[in-house]
Amino acid sequence: MTVRARVIPCLDVANGRVVKGVNFVDLIDAGDPVEQARAYDAAGADELCFLDIGASHEGRDTILDVVARTAAVCFMPLTVGGGVRTADDARALLLAGADKIAVNSAAVARPEIVADIAERFGSQCCVASVDARRVGDHWEVFTHGGRRATGIDAVAHALRLAELGAGELLVTSMDRDGTRDGYDLALIRAIADQVEIPVVASGGVGGLDDLIAGIRDGHASAVLAASIFHFGEASIADAHAALAAAGIPVRTPLQD
Amino acid sequence: MTLALIDYGAGNLRSVENALRTAGCDDLAVTADADVVARADRIVLPGVGAFGACADALRGVDGMIAALERRVRGDGVPFLGICVGMQLMATAGEELGIHDGLGWIVGCVRRIEPATIATKVPHMGWNDVVPTRAHPLIEPGEAYFLHSYAFEDDAAGDDVIATTNHAGPVTAAIARDNMIGVQFHPEKSQRYGLALLERFLAWRP
Repeated sequence: MTVRARVIPCLDVANGRVVKGVNFVDLIDAGDPVEQARAYDAAGADELCFLDIGASHEGRDTILDVVARTAAVCFMPLTVGGGVRTADDARALLLAGADKIAVNSAAVARPEIVADIAERFGSQCCVASVDARRVGDHWEVFTHGGRRATGIDAVAHALRLAELGAGELLVTSMDRDGTRDGYDLALIRAIADQVEIPVVASGGVGGLDDLIAGIRDGHASAVLAASIFHFGEASIADAHAALAAAGIPVRTPLQD
Repeated sequence: MTLALIDYGAGNLRSVENALRTAGCDDLAVTADADVVARADRIVLPGVGAFGACADALRGVDGMIAALERRVRGDGVPFLGICVGMQLMATAGEELGIHDGLGWIVGCVRRIEPATIATKVPHMGWNDVVPTRAHPLIEPGEAYFLHSYAFEDDAAGDDVIATTNHAGPVTAAIARDNMIGVQFHPEKSQRYGLALLERFLAWRP
């Protein structure tokens, strides 16, 4: 076959606790990100993403501890984003056990941080995150959870980050995030068709068909989702099966 | 039975250490000390980042290359290279200039150059490990790859023991005698990877 489309559950973490979504019935502590990570590892998730949304300066040690405890029990790639401002922030997360670091706001203010991380630790661990909203006939980069416009063209920004050495782009539609209306496929495709690096589609998944569309129509290499998995509407196996049924290469189902 | 996991500042050491311990290794030294490597019964060389930077970092550890040569090539203890640690076994690497590798396996590490933009680089994600000849450590299965450069077997020898497919064959594993290198990340390949590490820990080449 060929490289598989990746299904990536994303956990929002604040102060060491999962804040969005929990519905694994068999968890001892459903708010513990390590417990949830372990459940996704057992379920055969292709990767896992932690977004540290409470990323205050004081909170950094908390996420480092969560990452270290997760890496001790999960044997799949772990991406960590939120609050990464410098290459040293990235280094601390990598040393704790993260495999990839997602940079977002810092790369809006100073795109060169992507080059800093890529040069020190390799492109393979540098995920550049782009949050965009449609404005007229194009997309703009927004910060602060989609509330603040920057005037920066999102597609041009994404191409710049790829050129600076990002190994992957995480593209989130802030218009769709939380709506369950599906990915902004035109946005995802506009970027994926112009970069050599993989693109992860994010923002707006309401069902398994959206995952299929992200790969098939958005030309993404991976699909990220939160609520459909957390609330138990779909399992990782369901997602893989749906993608496979649509003719998209995915991992072989786990056998027990 | 001490396993030396070499710390030369270029690895996702914690992940590899966790996976080796989970696979059953209870005597493991994460070490930058050539003397420890010179006495180890098994050696694992991880590595992420650029080939040249990793090669320089390894050479920068006092006595490390000599200890590796003596223990792996001379005494024949089992050796596992992972990702760039595997690539370093080659003659040379062409990432950001041409750099010498350890030269244990004839071949060169070159950039993956896809014909179209639909084939993404880095080659990132789960893909097949397809054995090209029998080896006690390599089973067919799916593993996690993350790399932009790949080993090419210039000598047309039989050191490539497994390939994967990324718009064409890409080397997934190389081996000779007591040495094996895997391009994928067993420490990130869930059950498939842990099983491979278990086999490495039991391997008596």
